[in-house]
Amino acid sequence: MSLELSPNQRSVAAGRDGDGAAMAMRIVAEAGRLLAARYLIPIQSAHIDGALYHGDSGTLFAEKLVAGGARVSIRSTLNVGALDLTGCSRVLLEEPQRTMARRMMDAYRKLGCEPTWTCAPYQAGHRPQKGTDVAWGESNAVVFCNSVLGARTNRYGDFLDIACAISGLAPDVGLHRSENRHAKLVFDVSGLSRAFLQSEIAWPILGTLYGRETGSTVGVVLGIPQHPGEDRLKAFGAAAASSGAVGLFHIAGVTPEAPDLDAALGGQPPETTIHVTPDMVRDARAHLSTATKPDEVDAVAIGSPHLSAEEFKQLEHLIAGRKLRVPIHACTGRHTITGLQESGARKRLEECGVVIVADTCVVVTPILPNRAEGVLMTNSGKFAQYAPGNTGYGVLYGSLADCVESAVSGKPTVTGMAI
Amino acid sequence: MTALQAKVLIPGGPASGRALVLDAPISFWGGVDPRSGSIADVRHPQHGVAIGNQVLFLPGTIGSSSASAVLMELVHNGNAPAAIILHEPDAILLLGLIVAREMGWPTPPALQLDRMRHAEFSGFEVVVSDEGGVSVRR
Repeated sequence: MSLELSPNQRSVAAGRDGDGAAMAMRIVAEAGRLLAARYLIPIQSAHIDGALYHGDSGTLFAEKLVAGGARVSIRSTLNVGALDLTGCSRVLLEEPQRTMARRMMDAYRKLGCEPTWTCAPYQAGHRPQKGTDVAWGESNAVVFCNSVLGARTNRYGDFLDIACAISGLAPDVGLHRSENRHAKLVFDVSGLSRAFLQSEIAWPILGTLYGRETGSTVGVVLGIPQHPGEDRLKAFGAAAASSGAVGLFHIAGVTPEAPDLDAALGGQPPETTIHVTPDMVRDARAHLSTATKPDEVDAVAIGSPHLSAEEFKQLEHLIAGRKLRVPIHACTGRHTITGLQESGARKRLEECGVVIVADTCVVVTPILPNRAEGVLMTNSGKFAQYAPGNTGYGVLYGSLADCVESAVSGKPTVTGMAI
Repeated sequence: MTALQAKVLIPGGPASGRALVLDAPISFWGGVDPRSGSIADVRHPQHGVAIGNQVLFLPGTIGSSSASAVLMELVHNGNAPAAIILHEPDAILLLGLIVAREMGWPTPPALQLDRMRHAEFSGFEVVVSDEGGVSVRR
């Protein structure tokens, strides 16, 4: 059974509404064919990951859509770009790449996208209703949208996200369909101590382990005693989506489609149950670091996904006015900058040596000094995953408190954890 | 070995190249350098190996939804694989080929073949036919 396009969709693909709309419709239809969808369904919003510069090809694509008269037909927010347009930090991207990156960001604005420039759009006011179909890109945003908001999206790659936003349509497959949203796997953490589960560091580590163990299978986490707060769910999802192809997770008693274990499983017995042991947690933590016993830390990076206002408060509390020997790069969206300025927190943090990075982050564009054998400390499972390949730095993983202490002293501080 | 029949996911004409069979899944974004096409993920067992102009056998893909952008950039700068053989269709990755085709750039074919059959091609010169036949060049 192949994809059926409506007469209207076929005429758009043939150019009725212009070349840009036609290209977008053909891309959505081709993706639908590849995914074995039967229909395209209407969507309510999009989050676009395609405006990050990876090379000239993406800029040329966006400009071809603009030249073809395309516009987004639904609310569309933008993920990070390669430049910090707020001027908070200095991006080291050189010409001619810098101009091409800027042209790309401009082209997406011309298509009608909102210049949110954040990988945490769900903390910047873009929160689709539970049960609505949307097309989101950026793996952490996708997993948060599905899991924590209960809206429905597949993992939309670059180009398909903007094509869906222009056409207002997405292939009716995968996580758009109720039957594919039930958990088939139980990830049981009830063997871990309550103190560990309540610690900040638990969430990126468990997320990393979850992603590695589940891959793309929908799972449900069992044994979380109380709602951990959105920032921790954000950290869990981001880590899971960078170590595995995770698009949706449930947490029994916490997330909206999992009032209890049975509901998350759709009334079926699980195909697999993973009993998480302290050894598995230790192993997952060890794998997050690539730098073995470094003597010094060259940089600290936090904010993948982008820091919330609440996380900035925690950062300021931990720094407690001390001067940093090593800068902490704190990545965030422009949605938090106004508040930080009004409260005076931006000035105070910058005086201590925090480098606030807005609109982008340190693993997607060159911000960190080019340093072979450099060591980057982070509390983000996602930064830990991508920093070695994208920045050349080795990674030392630790809690936010350890990151701050290491930045103050310049020497790695890693506190053991009771699991 | 006779030709194996793979399913054509994205047509791209006949292709040939040395088989590069990856031992572990990879994230194209962060895992492959979009300029050179070499494997940049230090945790990957084939770190440093170049995928350009090889017949790339992928046991799976993981991670970021920007894989398509990296693959399209490799097509645009000439460092894409000669052909891509996947265990299962990966719409995020293959979108890079769909969009490259919309841009009018020549794209490598992508095929689907059971991952259990990938290893037998390792290191050989491989020919991929228009119809999806995968065979070792004699």
